[in-house]
Amino acid sequence: MDEARVARRGLSPRLWLAGGWLLLALLAAIFAPLVAPQDPLAQDLMLERLPPFWLDGAEPGYWLGTDSLGRDLLSRLIFGGRIAFIVAFAAATSACVIGSALGLVAGYFGGWADRIISRIVDVWMAFPPVLFAILLVAVLGTGLSSVILAIAIIDWTRFCRVIRAEAMGQARMDYVESARIAGYGRIGIMLREVLPNVLPSVVALLSLEMGIAVIVEAILSFVNLSISTDDPTWGSIIAEGRLSIHQAWWVLVFPLITLILTVLSFSQFGEALKARFDPVLR
Amino acid sequence: MSACLDIRHLSAVLPNGQRVLRSVSLSVQPGEVRALVGESGAGKTMIGKAVLGVLPKSVRIVEGEMLIEGEDLGRLDAKARRTLIGARTALIPQDPLTALNPSRRIGSQMTDRLVRILGWSGERADTRIRQLLDEVHIRDPERVLKCYPHELSGGMRQRVLIAAAFAAEPRLIVADEPTTALDVTVQKQILRLIAQLQRDHGTAILFVTHDLGVVAKISQRVSVLYAGKVVEEADTADLFADPKHPYTRALMAATPRYTDPLASLKPVDESVLAGLAAEIVAADQAWRASHG
Ligand SMILES: Nc1ncnc2c1ncn2[C@@H]1O[C@H](COP(=O)(O)OP(=O)(O)OP(=O)(O)O)[C@@H](O)[C@H]1O
Ligand SMILES: [Mg+2]
Repeated sequence: MDEARVARRGLSPRLWLAGGWLLLALLAAIFAPLVAPQDPLAQDLMLERLPPFWLDGAEPGYWLGTDSLGRDLLSRLIFGGRIAFIVAFAAATSACVIGSALGLVAGYFGGWADRIISRIVDVWMAFPPVLFAILLVAVLGTGLSSVILAIAIIDWTRFCRVIRAEAMGQARMDYVESARIAGYGRIGIMLREVLPNVLPSVVALLSLEMGIAVIVEAILSFVNLSISTDDPTWGSIIAEGRLSIHQAWWVLVFPLITLILTVLSFSQFGEALKARFDPVLR
Repeated sequence: MSACLDIRHLSAVLPNGQRVLRSVSLSVQPGEVRALVGESGAGKTMIGKAVLGVLPKSVRIVEGEMLIEGEDLGRLDAKARRTLIGARTALIPQDPLTALNPSRRIGSQMTDRLVRILGWSGERADTRIRQLLDEVHIRDPERVLKCYPHELSGGMRQRVLIAAAFAAEPRLIVADEPTTALDVTVQKQILRLIAQLQRDHGTAILFVTHDLGVVAKISQRVSVLYAGKVVEEADTADLFADPKHPYTRALMAATPRYTDPLASLKPVDESVLAGLAAEIVAADQAWRASHG
């Protein structure tokens, strides 16, 4: 049994594949000025719509080809990753902290705290999320911080609902009652007995939410509501790629692949982490 | 000397007004084992929870007193009550799996209470826990302390919980069917273990069970509970020699004997239950009349 556990810990290909891609993308984004082969903003009409490296007419140094203004696609994707990761971490973490804290309180304390929080969640969820995001950004103004804020404001309910349900189940457990008998206070029990048991779900949701934040940011860029249009973002590259799909398919396909890989990796990484965190599954 | 636990005329009701405890009186003297026996749904767990201050929110105490070593729980404010219960009592629960936190190691769960609630030093708590693990015959404390609950067998988990219950030297332990969730061979060992530690530490125990065989083995005094009402109380030996109440007699007839498991087995007599039901209806009517 111990051997099986070690094997599962050591190998879990899902964890390594997903984690590997995320690490690669993250490092590339952090060191973008060093690793990007070209200036992502440099236009050169002589180089417009170069195909990726394995096709006829490719130029060395422009591995994934160029867009209709002659800008290097790979460099734009690498720099776009910066905004994607900043949004992913900042927005998902904020949503996670707010949502999990409220969910924990609602689920464990119950009573009027639960009634108030649950009512707010219900009202929140009545808005269609993408419309809500567009509306919020329109009100807050475009820019990195309003995108982050909008995602956090919309998606905390996702954490709140799941963590509330789990904390509620925990509150009924015998070990919570034992802690009560021993003389622990309510908040102490919430933090020491309940929180560790909902943490695996928090981690999985957090990672999933990072993926969602990447998509939402892409959607907002796509409809031109995100960051200033000069900086490349995955969403804005996709939007441009869509216009030149017949002349240069790669400008659409590569950012889509990057986006999908990243989002999938976040969700898979979360699931794998959850399994690792959970002492019963471990 | 005052009783370790003294419950006087305790009544509790559900939101629909139905009584779940009917003027229960019951005492546990220092160092004695008092069995509380009755069939499923009789309210045994409810009494234990009332003493330990963890009744479900829907259950309301409407009359009666509970005294722990002469201190009336009803007269203390919530905080003082928690402190008193935490310092003088402990629980050995029915299901050893759900009574341990699945995501915390055994060691930290056991020492935590001594350190955080009772203010012991970590070293002292650690020594104490190892001593108790030895008393419950756990031979490899190193490994057990590092384990998560699911890595131990049911019997081992119950040993851990027994050790934890005795660790802070409580005056009173409530044991709520501590062997029911275990398989038969382990049940006997656990029962012997509880009896052993009880004698060594001189702890009073309120021992909840539905099994008269267990009552005979472990207790000095016994209260028989039916539908939230104590129908008989006696010294254990006297109860078995000469059960007074028809329900007690019926319960005994329904308990298998090791010598002849099937021959003597009879279901509880219908007429006895009918008589009890009438008794309880009458008691409830009288109670409602006097409590408006
Ligand atoms: N949370 C609750 N809310 C309302 N009623 C309850 C609750 N828990 C138990 N009851 C009712 O209270 C009565 C006594 O239940 P209790 O659990 O004390 O019985 P018990 O004697 O411990 O039985 P068992 O041997 O099955 O454990 C039962 O009729 C039960 O239906
Ligand atoms: Mg019970």
